[in-house]
Amino acid sequence: MKDAPGSREYDWWLLTLVLAICTIGVAEIYSATHASHLAGMHTKQMWWLGLGLVCLFVVSRIDYHLILDQAPVFYLIGLAALVAVLAVGHTRFGAKRWIPVLGQFLQVSELVKLIIIIQLARFFSEVRSDQLSLGDLLKAGMLVGVPLGLILLQPDLGTALVLVPMLVVGAFLAGLQWKHAAAIALIGILLLPVGWHVLKPYQKERITSFLRPEEDPKGSGYQLLQSKIAVGSGGFWGKGFGNGSQNQLGFVPVRYSDFILAAWAEEQGFKGVLLALGLYMALLLRLVQNAQRAKDRAGMFLVMGVAAALGFHVLVNVAMVIGYMPVTGIPLPLMSYGGSATLFVFLAMGLVMNVRLRRFVN
Amino acid sequence: MQSGLARGVPVSYWFRNDNRLPQGRLSVASYVIIGMIALLLLGFWKLQVIDSDKYALMAERNRVRSIPIIAPRGRLLDRDGRVLVDNYPSFSVLLLRDDPGQVEKSLPQIAEGLNVPLSDLREQWDAARGLPKFQPIVIKPEATKADVAFIESHRTDVPYLEMLMVHRRRYLPGGFMAHVSGYVGEVSEKQIEASDGRLRPGDIAGKTGLERQYNDLLMGTDGMRRVIVNSIGKEVGRLSQQEAVPGKQIQLTIDYDLQQVAEQALQGRKGAIVAMDPRTGEVLAMVSRPAPDPNDFAIRVSKEEWKRLNEDPDRALLNRAIQAQLAPGSVFKIVMATAMLETKAVPENFSVFCPGYATFYGRMFKCHIFGKGGHGVVDFHKAIVQSCDIFFYNLGMRMGIDKISYYAMKLGLGHRTGIDLPSEEPGLVPSEEWVQRVFHRKWYAGETISVSIGQGALTSTPLQLARMIGGVAMGGVFKQPHLVKDARNVGEERFAIADATVEKVTQGMYGVVNEGGTAAGARLQGIELCGKSGSAQVIGYNTRDKVGRQARFKDNAWFVGYAPRRDPEIVVSVLIEEGEHGGAVGGPVARDIIKAYYDKKAKKTQGQYTVDYKRYDLGDGSPAAGAAKPPVDRLAVTHTKEAKAPQQPGGANRPAARKPAEPAVSVAPLPAADIENPH
Repeated sequence: MKDAPGSREYDWWLLTLVLAICTIGVAEIYSATHASHLAGMHTKQMWWLGLGLVCLFVVSRIDYHLILDQAPVFYLIGLAALVAVLAVGHTRFGAKRWIPVLGQFLQVSELVKLIIIIQLARFFSEVRSDQLSLGDLLKAGMLVGVPLGLILLQPDLGTALVLVPMLVVGAFLAGLQWKHAAAIALIGILLLPVGWHVLKPYQKERITSFLRPEEDPKGSGYQLLQSKIAVGSGGFWGKGFGNGSQNQLGFVPVRYSDFILAAWAEEQGFKGVLLALGLYMALLLRLVQNAQRAKDRAGMFLVMGVAAALGFHVLVNVAMVIGYMPVTGIPLPLMSYGGSATLFVFLAMGLVMNVRLRRFVN
Repeated sequence: MQSGLARGVPVSYWFRNDNRLPQGRLSVASYVIIGMIALLLLGFWKLQVIDSDKYALMAERNRVRSIPIIAPRGRLLDRDGRVLVDNYPSFSVLLLRDDPGQVEKSLPQIAEGLNVPLSDLREQWDAARGLPKFQPIVIKPEATKADVAFIESHRTDVPYLEMLMVHRRRYLPGGFMAHVSGYVGEVSEKQIEASDGRLRPGDIAGKTGLERQYNDLLMGTDGMRRVIVNSIGKEVGRLSQQEAVPGKQIQLTIDYDLQQVAEQALQGRKGAIVAMDPRTGEVLAMVSRPAPDPNDFAIRVSKEEWKRLNEDPDRALLNRAIQAQLAPGSVFKIVMATAMLETKAVPENFSVFCPGYATFYGRMFKCHIFGKGGHGVVDFHKAIVQSCDIFFYNLGMRMGIDKISYYAMKLGLGHRTGIDLPSEEPGLVPSEEWVQRVFHRKWYAGETISVSIGQGALTSTPLQLARMIGGVAMGGVFKQPHLVKDARNVGEERFAIADATVEKVTQGMYGVVNEGGTAAGARLQGIELCGKSGSAQVIGYNTRDKVGRQARFKDNAWFVGYAPRRDPEIVVSVLIEEGEHGGAVGGPVARDIIKAYYDKKAKKTQGQYTVDYKRYDLGDGSPAAGAAKPPVDRLAVTHTKEAKAPQQPGGANRPAARKPAEPAVSVAPLPAADIENPH
């Protein structure tokens, strides 16, 4: 076993795609904030990106098998951190999601996403059969269900939802049987009304205002409408860098983070959106390709866990920007401003690199 | 594979070697990704390409806000250029209506924050429904500091409020000239309908008086400022600005000095004064008391205040100078005297014996001197000087009502004078035809006797009497009274009166003041002040005896004085309600005003201007306006609709005395005296 693969083995294409998306992101953060009191945000974001690159490199050097060995330990640490957040966490924006780490506020649930990816990869790779038995499926469900419940208690519906596609994709690749899938879907639909009662009032409001935005034009319905106005008014060619009136005048809500694509779409138009979404598609397909070429099932599950999380982020965020989904607070990976979210993506990319680097190793 | 174990790492050994990859299902994942991105792109395509125009419009509405710039109303100046009605800056609270659904929800909060009744606010909101969305409405004039603070601190949650600089009307205090200037207020629905889209809800427009008459000139055109606002409604830039066009200022014929004397003369009394120049029709002063303070209307009148004014027993809103239709009393004897000499119904030396009363048709008619003896033998001159009723009873009996009403109409009674003020009343000259039409009965001969001394059904306004007396002294030239200086197309009616008649009648009126007549107290040294007094009964003597003496049934005092005796420069009509003695009460008032006129004339060398005209030049394009001559538009006298009457055959209108430099604006003709149809 070659323990230190050469730099030749890195997935330079993947890295290029990641950095291209980050570049767009930083540019748009600059455009959206340079003329306001938030000016300078893009520099901060670049520091996060630098830190992320370091993390990516570090993670890629540690054999993922070693990481998977320790999966249960990570998992327990993750659960403990979630409980800690609920107990002593710092309340910001009405939800307890933050614990102070290294003088910065780190969002624990971002780290938990990574841990779940690892834990699920470990679990599914231990499944020996080609078909996933109901017992294993339920076990996997439990593994995801417990942290998901804890995250919901924060409450953070958005992050909690991200765990679901990880489970779904993992189960699918592990040989999920159609009858099980159908049964779970049925139960899910039946439980929907129950889930409604569990939702927090602000979450309910987001959903109702999504369904009937005209009733609440100043709340989250207003945000969606403003986002659509910004996107739509951009037209095909866009209004030009720094010229989006809805963006610059602050009509686009949290234009540097959750709605950064709306700001981008207004200033760069449909052609810009084509570029951004094209890059995301290339990135996701590249991840799948890496999964296909992984040396073993464990690596494949790791990479696909990352792909599931990233794909879900992109889907939910972009659909929200064009008003197809309610406001969930899920940022657009690599483009949105935010330290924890950026670090998560780079750590996840580190895992992918890790798998990639060891694909020829026996 | 062994290395992990060899290192002693507790590893589940099997997952390392398991390389069964579900390639099929991984391919499915690729397709899902492609499908997902394609769907999202379709969504963008719909927004950015298909519906792009719609959203571009919404984006524009988001950031662009239209704020009106209110044009200042034109000022009113007196004949010497002194400012009578001015403007001052003030702030109004505007409600922006771009986002109706949200605004409607915020109405209770706005009502509370601005301290206005919610019901009033809703009413205004509903009234504005038909307006274009970008047009804001004024919800509170005269904003207080607290209102400003409320608006500033609620920019985020109530971004639909905006402050607007407006120009508010400032009138002279104490109701000075209130009925002439009128007042402004928010336009009524009726006014909006009648304006052909010129007026919009919330606009301030003239409601009465000159403010209403010349509203179109005074109003100007509002400008519009289009600004860029950010998401919290803060103005961050300006797109375009259409400047307001200020209203034209109007110079009046009113002389502030005379007006001042007239205002003071009526202080605390009920009545009216009109002073005019019979040569031109220029009204020099016009007062009606009691008067409201138009400043009270300049902001917004509360419903209670409005109710109080409307139910006011003294009727302060009535402009008595043009709207009080009262019996002219003995002032009417000038019509009788003129008719007598012109018709020759009786010989010139006609005389009667006045024992203080006379009996006609078995009924006793008193002279005003009844109880203090009689006038003895009364001829034409004495009849006017002493105002002997018995002489005119007899005269009336012999002339008959037809001739009386014909001359009354020809001398300017029974129809509107055509003054450029809204809502002038025509008065009433009774005739046989009139009783037939209105009461479906025959004329009683006894009624002629009452009409002969200006009683009975006969009514007139103070303005009509001023014009009548002035016109007779002018030899039968009746100018259209007007309030706008240098007016073009001033109408006039001519009714030829023989010079001998004018001479005799004016001699009589000279005697009234200067030969110990009924208004001897009005005499002025060195000035040929003439006039005729009247003490008009409000109810008949018999009725008064029944109900007892009450203030409201006291005689109205009239005096119409003028100077000089022939071709007068000034005629002053004074009505003092419940003043009882025309000559004694009204005479001195007219005297003071005429004295003020002559005093000023003697001292005045040049225009006594108190303002510098050039500063107020509105640039109306009139060529080279001299410093002495104010550059105000020469206005045509206009009429309100009701003043328009069919023109008299033969044409009462003459070309304007002064030839205008610009093409003349046609003026509504002077209301014609229609003998057959007094109403």
